[in-house]
Parts: sequence; C-alpha cells; structure tokens
Amino acid sequence: MADEVKLHGVDGSPFVCRVKIALNIKKIDYKYVVEDLSNKSADLLKYNPVHKKVPVFVHNGNSVSESLVIVEYIDDAWKAVPILPQDAYEKAQARFWAKFIDDKCIPALFKAIGSHGEEQAVAEAHEQLQFLENELNVKGKKFFGGGDINLVDIAATFIAYWVGAAEEALGIKLVSKDKFPKIKEWDGNYINSQVVKDGLPPREILVAFFKKRFGNA
Amino acid sequence: MEKVKLFGTWSSPFVKRIVWALNLKNIEHEVIYEDLANKSPELLKYNPIHKKVPVLVHNEISICESLVILQYIDETWKNTCPLLPKDPLDRAKERFWARFGDEEVLPSFFGYVMKKGKDQEEAKETTLAHLKRIEQLLSEKKFLSGESFGFLDIAFGWLAEYSHPLEVVAGLKLLDEDSFPNLCAWKDRFLEIPAIKESWPDQETLIAKFQESKDGSGK
Repeated sequence: MADEVKLHGVDGSPFVCRVKIALNIKKIDYKYVVEDLSNKSADLLKYNPVHKKVPVFVHNGNSVSESLVIVEYIDDAWKAVPILPQDAYEKAQARFWAKFIDDKCIPALFKAIGSHGEEQAVAEAHEQLQFLENELNVKGKKFFGGGDINLVDIAATFIAYWVGAAEEALGIKLVSKDKFPKIKEWDGNYINSQVVKDGLPPREILVAFFKKRFGNA
Repeated sequence: MEKVKLFGTWSSPFVKRIVWALNLKNIEHEVIYEDLANKSPELLKYNPIHKKVPVLVHNEISICESLVILQYIDETWKNTCPLLPKDPLDRAKERFWARFGDEEVLPSFFGYVMKKGKDQEEAKETTLAHLKRIEQLLSEKKFLSGESFGFLDIAFGWLAEYSHPLEVVAGLKLLDEDSFPNLCAWKDRFLEIPAIKESWPDQETLIAKFQESKDGSGK
C-alpha cells in the first residue's frame, strides 16, 4: 500500500525547507500543502493544535510537528540514505549542533538582521557562528555530516540561504568570507547540492520578504 | 571497563534526569558536583560552548544537553530498561512533547514561582494552560510513555520531584488533585519507581534553595 505523505508549509520558511530537503534526500514523494498563515487551514489546526505552526508533516494520517523532530522521524521511518549518523556518539554530536543552531545561531542572526546589522547584535551572532566555523575547520570535510549532508547541515539551511537574502535586502554584511571562510565554503557546497537546490524557494521571495519585514519605510 | 562521569549540581532538574537514566540502566558512574559560581576547568573543557551542566563523559568523550544525553545513554546501553519506544511515530511524539516540556512548561512553572505581582499572575495562567495539555496526554495512560515509564516520563520527572518545593515557595498549589487528577496520579506512580525513589532530593533543602533564588532575584 502506498504511503500517503503530506507537508503543510509556506515557501518562505527555513523550517519547512529543512523538511523538504530531508524528503528530497530520501526520494520520498509527497504532497505539498501551501498554508496561508493569516488564515490557517482546518487541517493545520487539527494536526498541530499546540503550536499551530508550519511545518507539519502528515504520514498516513499521523502528524508530526517541529522541524527537527520531523527530520528525525523521516530518518527513522525511511531507512535508506541515513540523515543521522549510526554511531551513538556521532548521533549525539549531530543533535547537539542542530539544537545549538536552533537555540543560539538562528535567534542571534535574526536579531542582527532585525537591527539592520547593529554592531552589538552582529558581534553576538558572530560569537555563535565562530563555534560552527571551528567545527567545520576541525572536521575538514565538505559538510557538517562529512562527505554527505546530515542533520546539522539541514538545520543550518537558514545560515546557508536565508542570511544571504537578508544581506541583499538590507544592504548589510553578516557572514563574510574573510571572517568565516569555512562557513562560506560549506555554504557553496550545500546550496549547490541537488537535494538542497530542489527544496529552496526562489531567492527573490526571500529578499522581498526581508525588505518588507525589516526594510526602511 | 566503561568509565562514566556526570558533571552536575544536586538541585538541577536537568542533571536529575541523567542520574535517573543511569540508575535505571544500572550504569556505574561517578557524579562530580560543580559549583556554578566557580566552574571547574574540566567542566569548561567538556562543555566549552554552553559551560553548563549536565555533561556526561563516557570514556573521555563528552555529551552535553540533557535530552541529547538521555538519548545517547539509551542508544549506548540498549539492553537494559529501554527508554524510547521502538516505533518511529511514538518516538517523534515523545521528542515533540519533551521539547515542549523544556521550552514551555518548565520555564513557565519556574518563572511563575520566581515572579511577583502581575508577572506572576500572567505566568500562572500560562503554566495552568500547559499543565492541562500534559493532563490530557495522561488520559487513559499510566505513564507519559504508555503502560510503562520511559523517556517522556523522565523528561517530565522534574514536575513530580520539584512541584512541591516550588509550590511552597510560590505560596500556591498548582498541581491540585481536583484540577489535575491524572497528573497527580502519575506523579505518585513516578516517584514510586525504585531508581527514582532512591535519588529523591531532600525537599526542605530544595525549598530553601528556591526561596533563596526568589528572594535574590529582585524582580
């Protein structure tokens, strides 16, 4: 019996994008349901009554919410092409870094973006990014996952693609090549992978979003 | 011979989770108590990013973040007392609710206790709403993980062990039996689990500690 797989989301969300990339990696066919967040569908509210947010993943009628929980679920339920390492310690490291990106990096970057690149906010974002830069340096590989994309790379999609769009929209520089050479190199490798390319929204949408949300009146 | 060390404090609910998991799985370990005002060089070496407890060190490799540590323990010592369910959907549900607990329920409960005046009133409403969700999760279930206890019970274990001292400091009982019959029954069941019971923290000392935090907060 064929699986019924649906993803509720919006194009501009980096969290929805994480799930798309995971589905691409696993070559899973799915139906994409575009939500209007100012007028959420009955299905969305039914499937995610706690947070009422996207992404929401529905597999044979069962729903999973929270992007990193969804990516781990996809990895658990479809065994081919693993997204998490097999080794327990490596797995713990991947989960640690993914959480670090969610808890520290993205909020700091969002603050730096929202403040139009205010010095203190940028410095704080850089402090968090430096940990990622060091990690890539120590690993010395193409991706956080080594030769292949893993959970950490997927978690960092915002850094790879959304930050660049924000920089363009607001005329600020957040992640420069001279300060973060490893991150920029990773960025290029990641965005150019087919599984990622196929899941990214058009850059113009994001630039327009950042201009509208944070641009000067 | 496995060498397992846990860096922690006696009162941290996040550290407690790890103690429970290690006890449930009969894993021999050494606990190193940290003074968070004066962190040891070892702690800073093993958790350079967050500089927090708990940190688990297993044969010299370190793992940080309590829910990450719990899963590591479960995946490494698989044969005794499995914590996470086997089914992917059940695992996803437990991860979702554990995250909800840590990001929403725990901060609002602790926040409610530590705040004063209008802030406290608002925090109380939020906390009660969150607790209602957990109450619902327990309808027709003995434990949050189902028929027997597991990962999610450990993740919410702070609610069983810390609610009483927190309520004393707040001056109000949040977890009363009329409003939360399932949660109260769960709490009693959880605290009866031998590995949990044997590490029951001294309630009076916890009350004193939380009172000190509240008085010192100046809010």
